[in-house]
Amino acid sequence: MFSGAEALMFSGAKAPGRSVTAMSVFSTPHPAPSGPIIDFDREASCLEIEGLTLAYGDKPALRDLTLRIPRHRVTAFIGPSGCGKSTLLRALNRLHDLNEEVRREGRIRLEGEDIHAPEVAVAELRRRVGMVFQAPNPFPMSIYDNVAFGLRLQGGIRKRQMDDIVEWALQSAALWEEVKDRLKSSAWALSGGQQQRLVIARTLAVRPEVLLLDEPASALDPISTLKIEELIRNLKSQLTLVLVTHNMQQAARVSDYTAFLQQGELVEYGSTDTLFTNPRLRRTENYITGRMA
Amino acid sequence: MDITSDIHSQHISRQFNQELEELKTHLMAMGGLVEKQVQDAVSALLESDSALGQRVVDNDRAVNDMQIKIDEECTQVLARRQPTASDLRLVLAVIRAASDLERIGDEASKIARNAIDLIDVGNGSRGFVEVRMISEHVRRMVRDALTSFARFDTELALQLVHEDEEVDNEYRSAMRSLMTFMMEDARSISPILSLMWILRALERIGDHANNLAEYVVYLVKGLDIRHTDPDDLDEQAITRKG
Repeated sequence: MFSGAEALMFSGAKAPGRSVTAMSVFSTPHPAPSGPIIDFDREASCLEIEGLTLAYGDKPALRDLTLRIPRHRVTAFIGPSGCGKSTLLRALNRLHDLNEEVRREGRIRLEGEDIHAPEVAVAELRRRVGMVFQAPNPFPMSIYDNVAFGLRLQGGIRKRQMDDIVEWALQSAALWEEVKDRLKSSAWALSGGQQQRLVIARTLAVRPEVLLLDEPASALDPISTLKIEELIRNLKSQLTLVLVTHNMQQAARVSDYTAFLQQGELVEYGSTDTLFTNPRLRRTENYITGRMA
Repeated sequence: MDITSDIHSQHISRQFNQELEELKTHLMAMGGLVEKQVQDAVSALLESDSALGQRVVDNDRAVNDMQIKIDEECTQVLARRQPTASDLRLVLAVIRAASDLERIGDEASKIARNAIDLIDVGNGSRGFVEVRMISEHVRRMVRDALTSFARFDTELALQLVHEDEEVDNEYRSAMRSLMTFMMEDARSISPILSLMWILRALERIGDHANNLAEYVVYLVKGLDIRHTDPDDLDEQAITRKG
């Protein structure tokens, strides 16, 4: 399995033919739709998963999953331990590639392009689809260097521009005000909640289109958790977010759409409002209300 | 998803089961008391029993206390359990239903006060036929509303929504006949006005029973049918099982 640091190395690796400019940092390829959510069918897709089956050796983890994840929305995956939600999340930026045991069928498309197509560079894919893990994993270096890490790997960025991007990323991660006077001090001196926001800033710095969050607040205290949730809500205007969480209240608080998985199957998927007030299926009802299956 | 009346006893947390069961039990107890209040208020009038009327007025405090207790219990469940889906709908339905039951209690007490006035003045039995008819109708509605709540019975609830229209018609026709009494004899205006207040209170009780029925549909089906014309309701969606 990957550690967060390894994942970031990939996501920060130099992308061929693409350099980050200050301008491109401040614009997003797809403008966020304005106004409230009206209808899932009218949402533009960011990710489309089609007939995805995934197995660790002989052990199936995901069975024939088909769903689409709308752009500029927060989609949450919920389900009991071992239901495959983290496996699904990891499949979205090909984190399973290095595990030879993993067998996959089916397709995942990012903005219409097959992420497993031979011409897709995995490093570039992971820049476009960033990931944040459960335990904050800042590198043993300064706050500034943490955020600049991916950009330095990409290369071709001047100091002044780098300063701008670091500030922008820290501001986007709602951390700037707390650290602007100590950018050179060690990232390890930050609190758990701040570290997690730093990790998000580090991911944002390379300007992903999608942010995958695997239990991003489960190791944090309630106040830090609320800050992360507020951040998730604010980041929606810039990118598409996919969240895995055991905390159902959290899914209910921050997500626009919720997918309930059980034993590798997609049981129910729909607007969070409906799923938490009037789910369609008994299995969903039982899980979210804490009943015996 | 549809739910059945035993659904709130299947949680992994037994304590939670118990809390939700208590909400239902307490609501039914309040419903029973309110039903009795309406019945006694009407009997006080028809049997010229001022003492009974006074008891109804005094008992209204007990109804109010029950509403406060149920509200407190619902607040506790919301704060401690953060209920979702059918559990959330149950808590919301109980809060709303308790509020309507309390209002029915107020109407019963209003009927009792007007009955006491009428007994003092000595009105004879003018208008009693109308009062008896409408009161029987709305008392049945209250009883059916509580039964449909206890059994999660949307078919019965839907029936009530239609019945409320009948009560409204009966009320209008009773008003017309009382009006003729007033035109015939100016001295009857004061007692007839008291009777009109009583009929008005009964008609309002029908409305509250109708509200209770609407909460049952919300509770069981997750459909909010308030402020919808009864003729426009999707009856199949409301009564479909499964």
